[in-house]
Amino acid sequence: MKYRFTTSASVLAIIASSAVPVSAQDYTRFGIEQDLPGTCSYAATDAKDYSGRTLSIITHAIPVIGEPTALHAEQFAELTGAEVNVVHVPFGDLFQRIMIPFQSEQNAYDVMFYPSLWIGDFSRFLAPVPEAYVNSTGMMDVTPSFTGVATWNGEMIQYPMDGDRHYLKFRTDVFDNADVQAKYLADTGNELTVPATWEEYNQVAAYFNASDWDGDGELNYGSAEVAKRDDLMFSAFISRAAPYAKHPDVQGGFFFDLETMEPLINTPGFVRGLELFIEAQASFPPGGTNFGLGDEIFSFGGGQTLMSYSWDDAYIQANQEDSRIRNMVAAAPLPGASEVWNRETGEWDIFETPNRAPYMTWGWSSAVSSMSEEQEMGFDFLCFFSNEANAEHDMQIGRFGVNPYRNAHFDVDYWTGQGWADRTAQTYVTTLSEMEESQNRVFDLRVPGVSQFMSAMANGVAEAMAGQKTAQEALDDVAQEWAEITDRIGKDRLRDAYANVVALEDNEG
Amino acid sequence: MGAYGAPTSHRGVNTMLSSKHFFLLPALLTLVAIILFPLLFTIRVSFSSWDVFQSGLDYIGGKNYGRVFADERFWQSLGRLSLLSLISVSLQYTLGFALALAVWKQVRGGRFLRVLFLIPMMTTPVVMSVIWRTVFHESLGPANDILGMFGIGAVPWLSSATGAFISVLIVEIWQWTPFMFLLLLAGLVSLPREPYLAAAIDGAGTWRTFWQVTFPLMAPITIGALIIRLIEASKIMDTVYVLTSGGPGTATETSSYYIYIRGLRDFQIGYSAALSLVYLVIMIVSLTVIAKLLLRLLVGKVG
Repeated sequence: MKYRFTTSASVLAIIASSAVPVSAQDYTRFGIEQDLPGTCSYAATDAKDYSGRTLSIITHAIPVIGEPTALHAEQFAELTGAEVNVVHVPFGDLFQRIMIPFQSEQNAYDVMFYPSLWIGDFSRFLAPVPEAYVNSTGMMDVTPSFTGVATWNGEMIQYPMDGDRHYLKFRTDVFDNADVQAKYLADTGNELTVPATWEEYNQVAAYFNASDWDGDGELNYGSAEVAKRDDLMFSAFISRAAPYAKHPDVQGGFFFDLETMEPLINTPGFVRGLELFIEAQASFPPGGTNFGLGDEIFSFGGGQTLMSYSWDDAYIQANQEDSRIRNMVAAAPLPGASEVWNRETGEWDIFETPNRAPYMTWGWSSAVSSMSEEQEMGFDFLCFFSNEANAEHDMQIGRFGVNPYRNAHFDVDYWTGQGWADRTAQTYVTTLSEMEESQNRVFDLRVPGVSQFMSAMANGVAEAMAGQKTAQEALDDVAQEWAEITDRIGKDRLRDAYANVVALEDNEG
Repeated sequence: MGAYGAPTSHRGVNTMLSSKHFFLLPALLTLVAIILFPLLFTIRVSFSSWDVFQSGLDYIGGKNYGRVFADERFWQSLGRLSLLSLISVSLQYTLGFALALAVWKQVRGGRFLRVLFLIPMMTTPVVMSVIWRTVFHESLGPANDILGMFGIGAVPWLSSATGAFISVLIVEIWQWTPFMFLLLLAGLVSLPREPYLAAAIDGAGTWRTFWQVTFPLMAPITIGALIIRLIEASKIMDTVYVLTSGGPGTATETSSYYIYIRGLRDFQIGYSAALSLVYLVIMIVSLTVIAKLLLRLLVGKVG
């Protein structure tokens, strides 16, 4: 009852504040260019008074999302008078530091920042986002993909403040070079084009591997990929397998068959993806099979490799002012597949235009605990954190880990305004915005026990990459382990959760 | 009164015993809080299905233990750990003893060398693993650059199974040889002078003096140092985590790292408790056997 009252009060306050014109007060001392109009602008937040009240936040260690959390918590405290305590935790500890208080019913944190794919584990402990915030100016502009990612059983329970996806990054100084194109044609009999399939990707990477194609006296390499077992490699594998395993005409599950909850991870599409991942290792830089995300960012962003794919970080790093390859990179959709496994017919279907399956990979998300006694303040903080001015500010700083997630962010002028060349900005915006339009997207396995599923998959993929098992053997073992996890969790419980993912992939949302 | 001659009454004895127990209470409470409670709690958790989707302590009998015995990955990691521990501790002992002997007698700069040898042990394992990971970086790290100066091609330090295993070994040996050095040097310094005088009078050379006098006299300290290091080495986790994450494949996955994955990353609390207890029992049994064997081999020989 108390919650209903505070929520209602909050709704009224927000409606009232959004109706009030933005004050002319100067907030540039907070590091923003200017306060932008919106429900939770600096001016609107400044009008709130949380003096004598305390907000507890748990977030990742600095940098990435820990840094903007600390920054905006300090700003929020100054504007509202609240005491805001921020706990920073390394990634490996973050899940259990949030989960143990949840399970033991302790009200440890009001607000949490964490990877969005943990929604299946946390859903029962999160407070639904009140209607007023769902209708706030910032939220109304969030793209359907990321409102979908924040939604569980038809209710928004995560507060979107980041948008992530995997896409291809490549060096334009090589791909656009007429001499290089002619030599490539002469040597291979093929035109040098941005790879449309993963087979083409591997071929191009192999051709340019271990040669000094940028003329700096150092060897360059074909591909930088996240291949270290416990360092987000599972996401790289999903990117590679998706177009072979996600058939646009087959609905009802990518990782599992929603009806039977039988794992599909060892079906031919996934096996083909893994075989090509194994083959690609020959075009990695020395030590590339042990590359984590940081290494991948450094390798591509530092100019060592021709192509890469993963989150935005490497692209942002490559285009920073001090980068020697600034504006020599462009973005493109992930490569696709000309043959796609159809699990309904049990055959490979041939596609004249390669099948694309954009991977809307996990990014940072946030939420308010259902046990929190400061839910109103918690949502106000998240609304302030992601207000228009802060989002614009945070996206400019690569290490913050905040990437486009609102329609307003797909604006070429905004990125050229950061000093990006037209092509660099245009391909980036087009690639990202077209993923929103795709009808064949793949999302993470956002179910209870997602870490167990992904850990099993990463281990199997790593064993195949290291030559300990064949691709088929490794994925058969993964499927076996997934079946055991499914039995422990319970098929029905898992199916109910997985239905949320399938609804997004089948565009039912 | 009772304490000074007069027969102590029954009641007096009881009072004294009660007082004694009272004074023991803080130590007993500490023991219970620090050792017994966590151990008993872990045992209780190991019989539950506490997991990411099942909180609390339900009772599932020995299911988790059944899973442990069928878990090939765990047993493989245990075998890998045994090999890693035996090789690294043996080399640490050999190098540590050599270094201790080198600075045992008065040598120029001996004090400086002692401090220098101890530095690796005083650094934080996680931080040093990050430094070593940079050293072993195959295209940007100095290890391959240095080898290149001698015409040796790039070594796949962290991307091949053998290379990764050797890299972990190198870091372990680098970090913990100083510990051996410290213990063995303390032992050498405390040795009696008389046996050496007797050996000198008998005309024993350096090599014979070492094998007939120094080594046997150092046997008790050797056993202690080896056991302590084996216990520590069997817990290796941070170096593996930072350097290789257990890879490539599972080439460097040790038991403690595997338990970490199951417990903290997968959040299988009940199962990881069972893994931990099985691992604990195996460690206690195997280290006891090793200690007995070392005693028989080293001290028995002396006797």
